[in-house]
Amino acid sequence: VATTATTLKNAGPVTGSRSFFSKLRDGDEIARLITLLFAATVVLITAALVWELWVNSVLPRQKFGLHFFVTSVWDPIMDQYGALPFIYGTIVTSAVALLIAVPLGIGAAIFLAELAPPRVSDTLQFFIDLLAAVPSVIYGLLGVFIIVPLMRTVIYPTLNKPFGYLPIFKGPSYGVGFLTAGIVLAIMVIPYIISVSREVLLSVPRDQREAALALGSTRWESTWQVVVPFAKTGIMGSIFLALARALGETMAVTMVIGNTPKIAASLFAPGYSIAAVIANEFTEATGDLYLQSLIALGLVLFLLTFILNGLARLLIVVTTQKGSEVGG
Amino acid sequence: MSGARLRWRKFVSNFMLAMTGVCAFVSVLVLFFILGYLVFNGGTSINWDFFTKLPKPVGEAGGGMANAIVGSGKILLLASLMGVPIGFLGGIYLAEFSGKGMASVVRYAADLLNGVPSIVIGIFAYSLVVLPFKHFSAYAGAFALGMMMIPITLRSTEEFLKSVPRMLREGAMALGASKWKTIATVIVPAAYRGIMTAILLALARVAGETAPLLFTAFGNRFDSHGWSQPTATLPVMIYTYAVSPYDDWHRQAWAAGLVLLGLVLIINILARTILSRGIAVPRS
Repeated sequence: VATTATTLKNAGPVTGSRSFFSKLRDGDEIARLITLLFAATVVLITAALVWELWVNSVLPRQKFGLHFFVTSVWDPIMDQYGALPFIYGTIVTSAVALLIAVPLGIGAAIFLAELAPPRVSDTLQFFIDLLAAVPSVIYGLLGVFIIVPLMRTVIYPTLNKPFGYLPIFKGPSYGVGFLTAGIVLAIMVIPYIISVSREVLLSVPRDQREAALALGSTRWESTWQVVVPFAKTGIMGSIFLALARALGETMAVTMVIGNTPKIAASLFAPGYSIAAVIANEFTEATGDLYLQSLIALGLVLFLLTFILNGLARLLIVVTTQKGSEVGG
Repeated sequence: MSGARLRWRKFVSNFMLAMTGVCAFVSVLVLFFILGYLVFNGGTSINWDFFTKLPKPVGEAGGGMANAIVGSGKILLLASLMGVPIGFLGGIYLAEFSGKGMASVVRYAADLLNGVPSIVIGIFAYSLVVLPFKHFSAYAGAFALGMMMIPITLRSTEEFLKSVPRMLREGAMALGASKWKTIATVIVPAAYRGIMTAILLALARVAGETAPLLFTAFGNRFDSHGWSQPTATLPVMIYTYAVSPYDDWHRQAWAAGLVLLGLVLIINILARTILSRGIAVPRS
């Protein structure tokens, strides 16, 4: 064994020390440079994206500074721009979406990973992957023609009658609004939560489950008190991923949120989100300050999703690695 | 431990596990509901005119979306021409040629790009392609969509190339093949199915994108000739028609939704069947 190891070790440097020109003759160096060029393009495009967003949002940064985030007047005629209503709308709709999607998604993931036979689990996962592939404008279409009427006729009366004294369920409903957008978003992000959480749960080593069962716990207790805590960080990661997606979602939200730049406590009230205002007003923005304020909103959205995606990736990697370490 | 307590624990266990089953059932049910509702509504409003006629002016019934179907096809073709080579060759670099430093920078950039909301990509394409040329165009839309295809193609090309067994690589090298010849004739063919799947999935994903097209390809009530005119696309048409107040337009939006969803799901299923047949390892 030792001999083989030394030979292999010596083999490395020999190929590595071939001169640049001999590699060039083989075409290896040319191939490397060409592929490097294309790989570098990816970096270049990404850098250009950040640069363009930053440079093209300089006017509102100079004029409003941090006030941009805390004022709620959005008035193109007076050339006054405050982002608060949009930030509020984005946060509220995403929060509603997560409140619905997280329990449902994690429940489904537990079923797929722990309970369902592999065949059933894979088939259901296939359908869930298809669900994740449905274009967002289709969800918007269904939102406009199914959930908006349903909101007026069913959901609003059932929530407003008994709970109308609560500020969040007060006031009239127009069908469109924060709650409607939140429900559509929830349907959109559930597949993401299921897919990633299932993956993470499946990476939990078998002995963890068996140990819990051997100690006399029921199947649910072993799942809820041992497996889920083990996969906790990864599941958090899936939630962050879903949140990043919900924050950046444009079409479905634009079609059902009502597009009114107001801050209202009631979930039935129409509102606006960052992505929706960009989609609606970008082509109509006259004047540099107007256009650049919209681009500044784009920058905010970019930074939010950037941070969330980074955190999500970190959490998922940490959990799956923990699984393979303990298991291995 | 008393029997009652045990019975209670068993009851909780069964109840909660049943609830997780309900969650999974409800989630999958949503898909069938969407499909069913779209097929029902789209099916009753779709006809041959939809594929062959141009949109009629407001108030006149009938007409179709021939221009949007052609427009979507043009933009997707151009987007693939941009996204696939960059993603594929960049992926080869990551898997085969990269040193440590550069590779992690490229990977990081690709992951970042993958997470950017599509509307922000639209802003970028607008300021980079639309503003300098001063008009909305098919290639501005294709640029935005092509950008979205890059990270998916790149990362999966890398994954699949890396999963090719070492033996194949070493075998080719031992026969005296240079590195690029090994890659071109042995490694890439072995990972071919996986890479095709990834490209198809990337295509399916951008085929339904609306937000980045709103202010790049914009829209058009007529056929657009060439690549430098505002171009109608199916997703944008669905959006404009769905939020319009006209019943006839709603009907057409359903038809367009059915066509778009059908297209996206067929590409998805096709891609997944290719992959599930396994990664072919060619015999010598």
